[in-house]
Amino acid sequence: MEAEITLDVDGERHRITADTRTTVLDALRDHLGITSAKKGCDHGQCGACTVLADGRRVTTCLSLAVASQDVHFTTAQGLARDGGHPVQQAFLDHDAFQCGYCTPGQVCSAVGVLDEFGRGWPSAVTPDVRAEPELDDEEIRERMSGNLCRCGAYTGIVAAIGEVGGNR
Amino acid sequence: MNPFDYRRAEDADSAVAAVAGRPAAAFLGGGTNLVDHMKLGIANPELLVDVTRLPLGGVEPLEDGGVRVGAGVRNSDLAADPLIRERYPVLSQALLSGASGQLRNLATTGGNLLQRTRCVYFQDVTTPCNKREPGSGCSAIGGWNRYHAVLGASDQCVAVHPSDMAVALCALDAVVRVQGPGGHRGIPLVDFHRLPGEEPDRDTVLEHGELITSIDLPELPMAARSKYRKVRDRASYAFALVSVAAALDVAGGRVREARIAFGGLAHKPWRATRAEEALRGEPATARAFGAAADAELADARPLPGNGFKVPMARSALVSTLTELAGEDA
Repeated sequence: MEAEITLDVDGERHRITADTRTTVLDALRDHLGITSAKKGCDHGQCGACTVLADGRRVTTCLSLAVASQDVHFTTAQGLARDGGHPVQQAFLDHDAFQCGYCTPGQVCSAVGVLDEFGRGWPSAVTPDVRAEPELDDEEIRERMSGNLCRCGAYTGIVAAIGEVGGNR
Repeated sequence: MNPFDYRRAEDADSAVAAVAGRPAAAFLGGGTNLVDHMKLGIANPELLVDVTRLPLGGVEPLEDGGVRVGAGVRNSDLAADPLIRERYPVLSQALLSGASGQLRNLATTGGNLLQRTRCVYFQDVTTPCNKREPGSGCSAIGGWNRYHAVLGASDQCVAVHPSDMAVALCALDAVVRVQGPGGHRGIPLVDFHRLPGEEPDRDTVLEHGELITSIDLPELPMAARSKYRKVRDRASYAFALVSVAAALDVAGGRVREARIAFGGLAHKPWRATRAEEALRGEPATARAFGAAADAELADARPLPGNGFKVPMARSALVSTLTELAGEDA
C-alpha cells in the first residue's frame, strides 16, 4: 500500500511516496540517499542503523517511516555539518573505528548516551538508581551495549565518549 | 513482510473500534517486537492502527497512594522517572536490564507487556511451533531448550515470557487497565499473562481489540527496598536465563513480608507465592531464604537442556534477599 510520507531529516523536510512497509532506515538510504545509517542485522540487534529521533537515539530498522512523520531525525551526516560534532572529533582522536561500518551508529548512540547522562538517567550498572550516575567506563560500556562492533574498536570508543563527557 | 494499511488513531475509542472491527488488525506502539515479527513472517496484520499519538503518556501519582503509568510511556522514560526510582527501584532496574538504550527509547509500557517469547523455534517459521501455528508441534521439547520453562509448562509449549518489566510489575501487584469494545476493565498483572496449557498461542487474557491504556501500581511502601537481579549469558543486552524481582520488609531481624517474582522460568512472570508464605515471620537469614526458594521450586520440571535453571533461580533469590536484608544492617 502506497503512502505519502513527510520526513524531517537533518533539518530538511522531504516528501516521499513509499510502501507502508518502508522502515525509516530504508527511507533514509533508498529514498533520500542518506547512507550514513547502516543496515546491519535489520532486526534491532546491532545498532548500526541508530540515529537521533527528536534528540533521542533509536534504531531505525524497526521503525516504520509512515509512523515517523513529525519526528525530527538527526543522522551522523547531519552531525558532521559545520565542522562536525565533538563526538566525531573524539572518535578520530582515539581511533575509535576499524572497518567503520558501525561507526555512524556508534556516533549517534554516543551523542544520545551523553544526553542521557546529562539528564541523570541511571543504567543497569548504576549502583543506586536513585542517585546520579557517574560517567565511568563501566557505565559507558553498559550504555553502548546496543551497538556491536565486530572488529573490536571498543577501547577507542569508550575513551572517546569518556573524553567528550569530561571524565578524563 | 505482507502489505498492510496504516491508520493513525485520533482517540482511544476509534482505535479500539478500528482494531476490533477487523480480525487481522493490530495496534502499533513502539513496534520493536511487532515490526520485527512482520519481517520474520510471524505476524501478518492487514491493518496497523498507530496508537503512539494517543494521550496515553505520563507517570502520575494517584490519590490512593499508587502511581499510574500511561501505556504509551517509553521504557526509557519510565526507568528514569523520579517517582519510579524512588518508590519502586525494582521496576526501574528491571526496565534498565532489558534490551538496549535505543530500543528502550522506542518501546512502550503497553507494548512491553505484549512482547512475545524469544523461543528460537517460535521465531523461525521453518520449524514447527504450537504457539505460532497451533497443532504443528513443539520443536523445543525435544530440541535445544537451554532458555525454556521449568515451571508451569505444558506438553504443547515450553516457551518463556521475555519481559523483565513484567516480572517487576508482577511482584508489585500492578493492575493493567484496558479499554475494549465492551468498555473498560482492570486485570491484575498476575492474571494478565497465561500459562500455555492447550492454547499456547494465546499469551494473555486480552480479547481482540482491547487496548492497554495504563498500568497502575498500588501504594507499597516496602517496595522502597526492592531489587531486580538478572542472570544472563553475557553482561548486557541479552534476555534472562533467570531473573528475580523482590521486595522485603524486615523488622527485628525477621521477615514481615516479601514480594517475589521470577522471570525466565515460565510462560508468564512467575509470582512466587509459596516462597512469600514460607518467609513470613522467619528470620531474615540465607537459610530461610534458601528454604523459601526450595518451597517455590519444588514443582520444577526441567528439560534436558535447562536443569541448571533450578539451582540458578535458588541462588539468585537467596542472594537478592540477602542483599535486601543487608540494607537494614
